[in-house]
Amino acid sequence: MENQRQLWNWDLAFEALPDILLAFLQVTLLVTVVSTLIAAALGLVWAMIIRLAPQPISGIVKWVVSFIRMTPIVVQLLFAYYTFLMFDSITIGIVVFGIHYSTYMSEVYRAGIDAVPQGQWEATTALSMSTRRTWTAVVIPQALRATVPALGNYAISMFKDTPFLLVIGVVEMVNAAQIFGGNNFRYVEAITLAGIIFLLASYPTSVLIRRLEKRLAYAY
Amino acid sequence: MLENLQATAEAWPFLAQGLWVTIQLTVMGSALSLVLAVVLGLMAGASNKALAIPGRIIIEFFRGTSLVVQLFFIFFVLPQFGVELPGMVVGVLALGLNYGAYSAEVVRGSIASVPQGQWEATTALSMSPAHRMRRVIFPQAWALMIPSLASLMVHLLKGTAIVSVILLRDFTFYLDQLTRQTDTFWAYAAVGLVGYFLLALILTLFMNALEARAKHRLGRGPSLREVLSPTPTNKNSLSTAGGGI
Repeated sequence: MENQRQLWNWDLAFEALPDILLAFLQVTLLVTVVSTLIAAALGLVWAMIIRLAPQPISGIVKWVVSFIRMTPIVVQLLFAYYTFLMFDSITIGIVVFGIHYSTYMSEVYRAGIDAVPQGQWEATTALSMSTRRTWTAVVIPQALRATVPALGNYAISMFKDTPFLLVIGVVEMVNAAQIFGGNNFRYVEAITLAGIIFLLASYPTSVLIRRLEKRLAYAY
Repeated sequence: MLENLQATAEAWPFLAQGLWVTIQLTVMGSALSLVLAVVLGLMAGASNKALAIPGRIIIEFFRGTSLVVQLFFIFFVLPQFGVELPGMVVGVLALGLNYGAYSAEVVRGSIASVPQGQWEATTALSMSPAHRMRRVIFPQAWALMIPSLASLMVHLLKGTAIVSVILLRDFTFYLDQLTRQTDTFWAYAAVGLVGYFLLALILTLFMNALEARAKHRLGRGPSLREVLSPTPTNKNSLSTAGGGI
């Protein structure tokens, strides 16, 4: 096999690229974006319940959230996949990723809410604002500002975790690369390309988030 | 319920085998990642550009390419160049490299946040750079970095669940087998998730103990024995428990 000795075969690389890019656009990006939105919304819900709900409820939610956070997403995916047979695997993947990452994000929101200075709370009391208005007009806007970069970092980390979806048979980018490699008895080009695309997409984003972090930090 | 219990009892030898593989992967992967983290963290934090730039590149490379890509690369691609490694080694390497790069950032950040005065003091005492790092800076940074390292180790533990895609028979692999005799909820949620949760809990408690020990050595908290004893003997030391500096 002449092929096997070569370090890098450009023909195979160009052949693999469309499959991989298609899977990247159709699955990897879709899951990342939709799951991030779910996680960002749900995370805030968990943080608010833990903070505001009466004792038994907030205690239970706290436990459930840390249970989800401390167990593998792979097992959660498999569990949901075999339990909710009526949904297709991409939907299952999006929901499981959204819920799993919402537990990380709830921690971020909690820290953000804790970071709102005590004086702000006192001021809302002095102005006799309602609880609702205190949260929507004073606390959440300030808490969100501090949390945006951290949420962005979790979005990137979710992006890099999307290959876990292959355990439930979703053909995301890495799975597509592996299938291409298996069909051609050669994995070098396909898997390397998948890695390069991850790097090309995640590194510039994380640099941007670092800049955003600095800019938002100056606001205080 | 009773049938499920019985099936689990029958499958237990296999589950225990898988659990052992998961534990081995976690412990060895964490050990490798810790070594890499210290080396890369020191490199990336160095003032010497010849060390800092390669360190940065290696960290960004392993952080930026997904764990599964690294796993597949070592498992599928290296054999094509004649490097064939046993499955366990592939798993430990991929986990160690990936989480080592994340931990390196923690190491670098913690070293950078040791107060400036401590660095100046070592200069005043004309310590050599190696001596300074070993006796003054690193012990303080170590106490700072343990909480973040602990959460990365829990991530690593959760990451081990993917290794069945490279044909390693870990806990998740045998959970899959268990679903054939029991229902999904029982196998994955009751046995699987709870099993992983308990492992993560043990890991967290161990790291908390390490943190208490590191702080005690710096004189910033009670000793481990005092933390663990049900009746605190020394009230003074307890009052400083958990207080950072």
